[in-house]
Amino acid sequence: MMLRPDALEGRIALVTGAGRGIGLATAKMLAEAGAIVWLNARTVGSLEQTCAEVGNGARAVYFDVTDPAAVREGFVTIQKECKKLDILVNNAGILRDAVIEMASVELMDDIWRTNLRGVLLCAQYGARLMARAGGGSIVNVASIIGRFGNSGQVVYGASKAGVIGATLSLSKELAARQIRVNAVAPGVIDTDMIADLPAEKREKLLGSIGMGRVGAAEDVAKLITFLASDMANYVTGQVVGVDGGLVV
Amino acid sequence: MDKLVEIVAKSLMLPAEKITEELKYNSIPEWDSVAHMALVTELEDAYGIMLETDDIVGMSSVAKIREILSKYDAAA
Repeated sequence: MMLRPDALEGRIALVTGAGRGIGLATAKMLAEAGAIVWLNARTVGSLEQTCAEVGNGARAVYFDVTDPAAVREGFVTIQKECKKLDILVNNAGILRDAVIEMASVELMDDIWRTNLRGVLLCAQYGARLMARAGGGSIVNVASIIGRFGNSGQVVYGASKAGVIGATLSLSKELAARQIRVNAVAPGVIDTDMIADLPAEKREKLLGSIGMGRVGAAEDVAKLITFLASDMANYVTGQVVGVDGGLVV
Repeated sequence: MDKLVEIVAKSLMLPAEKITEELKYNSIPEWDSVAHMALVTELEDAYGIMLETDDIVGMSSVAKIREILSKYDAAA
């Protein structure tokens, strides 16, 4: 059975880091399936055009996931305007590589605050709104690096492994309130995050992908949309890879 | 009946006469973490507010809840 075009009709969704890449592709797909999507980014005013592109009444809510007070304000806005939240996609994340000897405390804190604490804060408020509405679905964007590791990505990998750990515990904690929590673990996806890779490194990377191509943001968005929908209504606590057979 | 007492009684599924100002979180089986979150939802709906996480953690007794609500201009 395919996901029906109206599968998410009437659902309210929030996608963090929705300005581009996986977040934007996900926002579009959720809207296509009928959801009213709140797009989030840090910079006020940056998403107005994007919301029009996404359509189906998509709206912007600006906050930095590293700022607890701002996160709260964002969720208060959604609660005030929509009275509920059904889907939360914790996508906002940053990628900065550093070998362990060169990972500054500042870099560590930046990555953890965004990639891990940001997920926890949004889950905290998201779960509260979902519980009121009788349930919901949280999808966290982790990474293959959080499962299998990669040289030069110790801090990033630790943050994404943390996202996976949070997903597993959240799924158990929130199951009784009918909130499902899953994670996706993308491999190499064609987004701004990998745009700056040197050609040589990119070639080497392609060689390690079983399917021989870099993934598209839409490939990840499809999986997220599935997990967010009732097609996955008995799926929780799972970490699903979307990596074309990448071996790291 | 006092509005806050009514809400606490409903959330903890206890008769109102059992709800004293001194009643503490986790001091009775009825007020566990699950009931606490139900109480948070009831309070938020009743007063039209969204409690901060620190306040949810700080709601250690009925008296303390009353004090916290006053911060939100919610007449408890």
